Amino acid sequence: MKVFHAAAIVMLSSFAVLPRAAGQGRGGPANGGGTAKASAPVDLTGYWVSYVTEDWRFRMVTPRKGDYQSVPMTAEARKVADAWDPAADEAAANQCKAYGAAAIMRVPARFHITWQDDSTLRVESDSGMQTRLFHFSASSNSPQPAPSGERTWQGYSAAQWQRPSSLRVATTNLRAGYLRKNGVPYSENAAVTEYFDMAPLPGGGQVLMVTAIVDDPQYLAQPFTVSSQFLKETDGSKWDPTPCSAK
Amino acid sequence: MGSNAVQRKMSRFTVVKPAVACLCLLACGAASAQMEITGSWAARNHEFLTGDGLPVDFTGVPLNEEGRIRALSYSESQLAMVERQCQGWPPFYFVQGPFGLRISSETDPLKGSVISYTIAAWEDRPAITIWMDGRPHPSQFAEHTRAGFTTGTWEGNTLVAYTTHIKAGNLRKTGAPSSDQATMTARFYRHGDIMTVLAIIEDPVYLAQPYLVSKSFQASATPMPATGPPCVSTFEGTTAVTAPHYQPEKNPFVDEMTVKYGVPRDAAIGRPETLFPEYRKKISAAP
Repeated sequence: MKVFHAAAIVMLSSFAVLPRAAGQGRGGPANGGGTAKASAPVDLTGYWVSYVTEDWRFRMVTPRKGDYQSVPMTAEARKVADAWDPAADEAAANQCKAYGAAAIMRVPARFHITWQDDSTLRVESDSGMQTRLFHFSASSNSPQPAPSGERTWQGYSAAQWQRPSSLRVATTNLRAGYLRKNGVPYSENAAVTEYFDMAPLPGGGQVLMVTAIVDDPQYLAQPFTVSSQFLKETDGSKWDPTPCSAK
Repeated sequence: MGSNAVQRKMSRFTVVKPAVACLCLLACGAASAQMEITGSWAARNHEFLTGDGLPVDFTGVPLNEEGRIRALSYSESQLAMVERQCQGWPPFYFVQGPFGLRISSETDPLKGSVISYTIAAWEDRPAITIWMDGRPHPSQFAEHTRAGFTTGTWEGNTLVAYTTHIKAGNLRKTGAPSSDQATMTARFYRHGDIMTVLAIIEDPVYLAQPYLVSKSFQASATPMPATGPPCVSTFEGTTAVTAPHYQPEKNPFVDEMTVKYGVPRDAAIGRPETLFPEYRKKISAAP
């Protein structure tokens, strides 16, 4: 009888634990158990600064016209980029074309991440003074609302926690913009998928890595995939809002 | 043993068996928190990582003064020396080079657990074995190799691999140096068919702060064709007793990045402050 009881207890406790383990284990969506804010598996809030160790010459200085190395552009994209005219962009009030959702996380900047409400994560950049809103569905059972309304530089972003420790963001409804400041284009039909992952920095501190996949059949021969690193800052003392610049 | 005794044993067994099965399920649940990383992974080469275009391109590398002097003294002719031929392929190269990954695992035949993962050698880079069986890193006096010695653990569904015992060589093929004290912490994040590896490289000898690089790979249904064996030093007729080098302050290529791409010299030679956004504002404001 003792053996039976022990076995029964083990079985019951197994069933009690299994759904949680399975739900977390496969890296699937998991917004259940309260609001997105309450159920956040990681805390992304705070000030983050770009740590530009990669693509330095494409990010920290404006590359020269025709320098498109490592972007899988279509022939049509190359024609568009070859016609890049930053003065014309400024004259047409398009100076933020290189600060859209498909490129903003590559812009050297500080980012301030806060919860706007229980289901909206707000990401602001000081460089370009852009604001992104990551919309979580109200509960795991309610679908994400379809993006509607005017297209914007930052588009509409649907967010979902990926257990155990990641955030997935899918962005559409964009205004056409630039992947790089020298006119490498993406169209308004581009779709951006991003994954936000954190890591500890040896010796203290935190790293945020954002993997971005830009899908745009019009201007990209294959999805454009880049990953960017950010270091956590203790406060906003270096926050320096600067408007977009086309040059 | 009488039939009653056998029956009692069988009865106990049939009760215990489901419990054991449940425990196994629990263990499987825990195991499923890990991600499958074995197989072929095609490189997504959409970032310019290797920096092997121009000789003095240390952009994005936070060198300290010693590292900078060593980097500026580098001459590619060093590769003609037997003892330096393979210095361009440290383990970091798997996230910096243009190649894909072939990852296999070795499992314990009795327990079924993973003993190690191996990232196969590719075009001069040696194979990297990630030991998952809890073995310690060797003594600090043990041999340092091109691949180094790597152990791994799972943090949730992220594989974290820590490499020590790396032979001194190049952090970048352009001559940014790495010492035999350098270490690498590589984190493997898998999201569907995309795997991004974040490498955090520390070097108390040549780096002012950690150097971070990341690279994405896409799961490939077809095997990635490795294109050559790891670098093997061979005598090529050079008997130089002094390593070919430049005087750091007289490196003839120091301004090539400026001339060709408009990159300021401070950035080309890897000053740490050039890795932050305020540096961009500073050069934008310059006349």
